[in-house]
Amino acid sequence: MPKVTKRDVEKIADLAHLELSEEEKEKFAAQLDEILAYAKRIDSLGTEGVEPTSHALLRDDAFREDEERPSLTRDEVLDLSPGKTNKGDGLIRVPKVIP
Amino acid sequence: MNPTDLTALEIRDEIAKGSLSAREATRAFLARAERLEPQIRAYLSLATETALARAGELDALQARGQSKGRLHGVPLAVKDIISVRGMPCTCGSRILEGYVPPYDATVITRLLNEGAVLLGKTNLDEFAMGSSTENSGYRATRNPWDVSRVPGGSSGGSAAAVAARETPAALGTDTGGSVRQPAALCGVVGLKPTYGRVSRYGLVAFASSLDQVGPIGRSVSDTALLLGLTAGHDPLDSTSALEPVDDYLGRLSEGVRGLRVGVPRDLPTEGLDPDVESAYRESIATLQGLGVEPVDIELPTAPHAVACYYLISTAEASSNLARYDGVRYGFRASGENDLRGMYRRTRHHGFGAEVKRRIILGTYVLSAGYYDAYYLKAQKVRTLISRDFQRAFEHVDAITMPTSPVPAFRLGEKIEDPLQMYLTDIFTITASLVGLPAISVPAGFSREGLPVGVQLLGNHFAEATVLRLAHAFEQATDFARKRPSLD
Repeated sequence: MPKVTKRDVEKIADLAHLELSEEEKEKFAAQLDEILAYAKRIDSLGTEGVEPTSHALLRDDAFREDEERPSLTRDEVLDLSPGKTNKGDGLIRVPKVIP
Repeated sequence: MNPTDLTALEIRDEIAKGSLSAREATRAFLARAERLEPQIRAYLSLATETALARAGELDALQARGQSKGRLHGVPLAVKDIISVRGMPCTCGSRILEGYVPPYDATVITRLLNEGAVLLGKTNLDEFAMGSSTENSGYRATRNPWDVSRVPGGSSGGSAAAVAARETPAALGTDTGGSVRQPAALCGVVGLKPTYGRVSRYGLVAFASSLDQVGPIGRSVSDTALLLGLTAGHDPLDSTSALEPVDDYLGRLSEGVRGLRVGVPRDLPTEGLDPDVESAYRESIATLQGLGVEPVDIELPTAPHAVACYYLISTAEASSNLARYDGVRYGFRASGENDLRGMYRRTRHHGFGAEVKRRIILGTYVLSAGYYDAYYLKAQKVRTLISRDFQRAFEHVDAITMPTSPVPAFRLGEKIEDPLQMYLTDIFTITASLVGLPAISVPAGFSREGLPVGVQLLGNHFAEATVLRLAHAFEQATDFARKRPSLD
């Protein structure tokens, strides 16, 4: 198994929208390498033809009628945002979307 | 009568008899928490005024001859990852600092409808990721038996608050052992119900195929009581089960004679503390003395559980935690000129090291080129582990294992070595992967006087069986009655 490099961690952090310090990148590369080496022990188990399990117990009948029902109000929800505009215009302020 | 000496059930009964008021009970636990918190740090927030006002309302109701329900006036604490309307919900993370949920989780609605009084929110490893509560973005909780040691995690605040009698009982959550392991390390009882037994509506998600809400108490009866009041189908959680809720409390004393309890033949002994191992062996002898038949079983794939769990749970976590971006709630980093930069910087400052590490690991195992080798492989191994257990349950009513391989370790001892920390979950993770109910019950003390727990696992929805066994064991021993000396 190829060693996890700092460059790999940078690539992954970018996919996860996560800024990391140089120190974090170095540390996570080494730790990831150790954890994945340990995790690789599952390769010793044959899984030919075995179905994957997504949930321990999964109901396949979790349907309900598509009916209107009460929910939180727009103001209650907007009020939680660190970018609320306080103008009652129903908007959340964010930085420029197109740099 | 000192209310802080009583269990939740005893408090309920004293209040019903009129020999204790809800306000007296609430005040006593709040006063004890005020006094002990500088040492223990179990709570992230106390809801002193709300709790006293609520208790007063319940007393007024009782004065009119009415009862709110089966928890009328009983104080409880709640892990700070379960939403309570009007109380902060930080998940132990700086990224949710200041967030106050505008709604109650279903478990909270149910407990309030039965008359519970909520004392406050308890500390945890950030987003429930950890085994020591040291990963909290706010503070480390201390073990009431030795404040230089961790209470376990991630529900370490709930377990420590119960052990220190800063609350009679509490709710925790368990993804890979987060109710059971801290319960063991703090000398109290912790129950993880079957996957789907308890609604997760209003529980902040960590790993959705594993998360469950579970009670922590100082007696098996208290956990049976709280399970009975929180369990059951919830239309707001499509993964909640339709199975009828059993009379867990009423069936506790049905007796255990003739029950068959599986004892895994090849338990991993590497890293297993000798004191934990001897407490475990003695617990089997105690059960045998009660008429339980130990049965030799094999779980050949169980040693792969930790690897399997950390691949699956981190993959799910990386997806669940994508929502924290500084837009809709919680913390937002300032000074960024573009949206993507704001996301990245908010997550950089808002998340702690363990959460970042798991996001990186989870994103890695889900990324192109690695998905089949890690994530899909782990899901297939999960199937094999489930088959081992299903085979075992053809012959036994329950299975016993230690809870944690070690008693409480010192603060800082494992924090720099994530793999060593992950390996402390080795005995709790199998029940999580398979979705089985499992309880940890006090089973002795190490030579240093630290509590040790053992686990009883049941088949899906067989909570009544594991509770019955745990209750019989508790009645036959006095470990659960011992208390840390804090006074």
